[in-house]
Amino acid sequence: MRKSRLLHFLVFMLPALALVFVFVIYPSARTIILSFFDEEGHFTLQNYKKVLSSRDTINIDGIARGEFPLGTLLHNAIWIAIHLPFTTFLGLILAVLLRRTRGGNVLKSFIFFGMVMPMIVGGVMINFLFDANVGIVNALLKFFGVHPRTWTAHPETALFSLILGSVWLWTGFGMTLYSAGLETIPKDFYEAASLDGAGPITQFFKITIPLLKPITVVVMTMTLLWDLKIFDIVYVATQGGPGGASNVLAIQMYNYAFVEFDYGKAAVVAVLLTIFTMIAAIPLIRTVGEES
Amino acid sequence: MKRFWVNLIGWTLGLIWLVPFMGIFMTAIRPMDELLNGWWNFDEFHPTLKNFYQAWNHPTAPLSQGIPNSLIVAIFATAFPILFATMAGYYLARYTFPLKKSFMTTIIITLALPSQMVAIPIYEMLLKMNLLDSYIGLILLHTAWGIPWITFFMRNFFTTLPIEVEEAARIDGAGDIKIFFKIAFPLSLPAIGSAAALQFTWVWSSFFFELITIYSPDKFLATQRIPLMRGVYHVDWGILSAAAIMVMMVPIGVYLILQKYYVKGMIGWSMK
Repeated sequence: MRKSRLLHFLVFMLPALALVFVFVIYPSARTIILSFFDEEGHFTLQNYKKVLSSRDTINIDGIARGEFPLGTLLHNAIWIAIHLPFTTFLGLILAVLLRRTRGGNVLKSFIFFGMVMPMIVGGVMINFLFDANVGIVNALLKFFGVHPRTWTAHPETALFSLILGSVWLWTGFGMTLYSAGLETIPKDFYEAASLDGAGPITQFFKITIPLLKPITVVVMTMTLLWDLKIFDIVYVATQGGPGGASNVLAIQMYNYAFVEFDYGKAAVVAVLLTIFTMIAAIPLIRTVGEES
Repeated sequence: MKRFWVNLIGWTLGLIWLVPFMGIFMTAIRPMDELLNGWWNFDEFHPTLKNFYQAWNHPTAPLSQGIPNSLIVAIFATAFPILFATMAGYYLARYTFPLKKSFMTTIIITLALPSQMVAIPIYEMLLKMNLLDSYIGLILLHTAWGIPWITFFMRNFFTTLPIEVEEAARIDGAGDIKIFFKIAFPLSLPAIGSAAALQFTWVWSSFFFELITIYSPDKFLATQRIPLMRGVYHVDWGILSAAAIMVMMVPIGVYLILQKYYVKGMIGWSMK
């Protein structure tokens, strides 16, 4: 009996375990170690000092003058501060509205395309929307007398253009999850509320939002992780430029590692990024812990 | 009256998503000189497939190579993790063993892990194993990174699957491995469909691992060719739009064909 139990464990789990260990867990541990050693192999905290005091990460001058670049840490924070509430709220509003809109399912599909397409293509779409010549954004702004420009190419607007574009790309995620959630709310709830004289706005805040709270937690967690890991869009649309004005942590790590070949500094950025994603994942870890 | 307003607001918001897609489509099917005043200008309209042809046969980054390359990688990097993770998910749902709880936590942690965390050691490791610039290395990498979430997803599916059929088979003398392949695996095909639809589109769309492991221009995946097509000084929006459409059509096609599975997967992936 003992023997067959071990055999089952090996047959079912070993391929998965071995691959995850070799390609996920071991390299992650290696990166942590790398971050604490210099090129000669001596233990050091210099890498952390260098990264945390670097203008790439936090640019004090830029912050003082209120000019981009502000540093990757702040850029990611701004990204989250705008993208997270916008996509979550828009997702909910669209899910509620399009359920009752004629042709709403077609619109939902198009909104969802934004997150089904490769994010490399998503970055091209952002360039396309904000381009000085072919961009529809400029065509619209012309009505208001704004001179056309390539919004992603100017330091003061590059990051905001990318963030707005990423709202466009990602809203479908929350919308889809909320749409599924709305189906699970019994109609009686709304009917009962109507009989009690509650209007649609009251119903939305008193029934819809509280009942969708578990979904909101998931949408916000996943969106937060997406914002922290953002790479492809920035890489293709601005390369983090101009002059680092739209740089983010993941791009910073790539540049340190594969452009400057400074593995110590790159490992530090990777570790920092991982710490942030782990904090963001706490609600997920908690639900699984409770369950098992 | 209320209905009218809901429709109006719904479609006005929806247009924000429709118009860019229309824009990229119009840009792809029209010759360059018609786009000078914007793709929304229809004074002249001569649709053509020339841009698609040029993107397909691009001199430095042809999609005629990139799309088959991506297909090969995505097919293998979907099949392998599905097989291994379905087995692991089944085991986690049906058996208890020491450290099971910390095991589940590890899975969730790897779900949140950014690819950058493994980039340097993976690069060095593949270099040593002679698997850099090779699809084998890339497929192994995607397989390993697909396993945690598919395992989690399949475990959740198997915990909802009634155990009675399997127990009946056991009484009839079937071994655990046989029970898995003959009973549990076929029953889990709908869940596998969901996981496969997501994993396939994610591998197809992936860019970072490709960027750090694949170097030869003829081996470049479809996503790697898009930035190359842009050119440095001058952007040919016609060709770029056509290429963007071709590369996004594959995951969008998978989504449209497997819509039900895809959305179920998306929900199951993010909510247990």
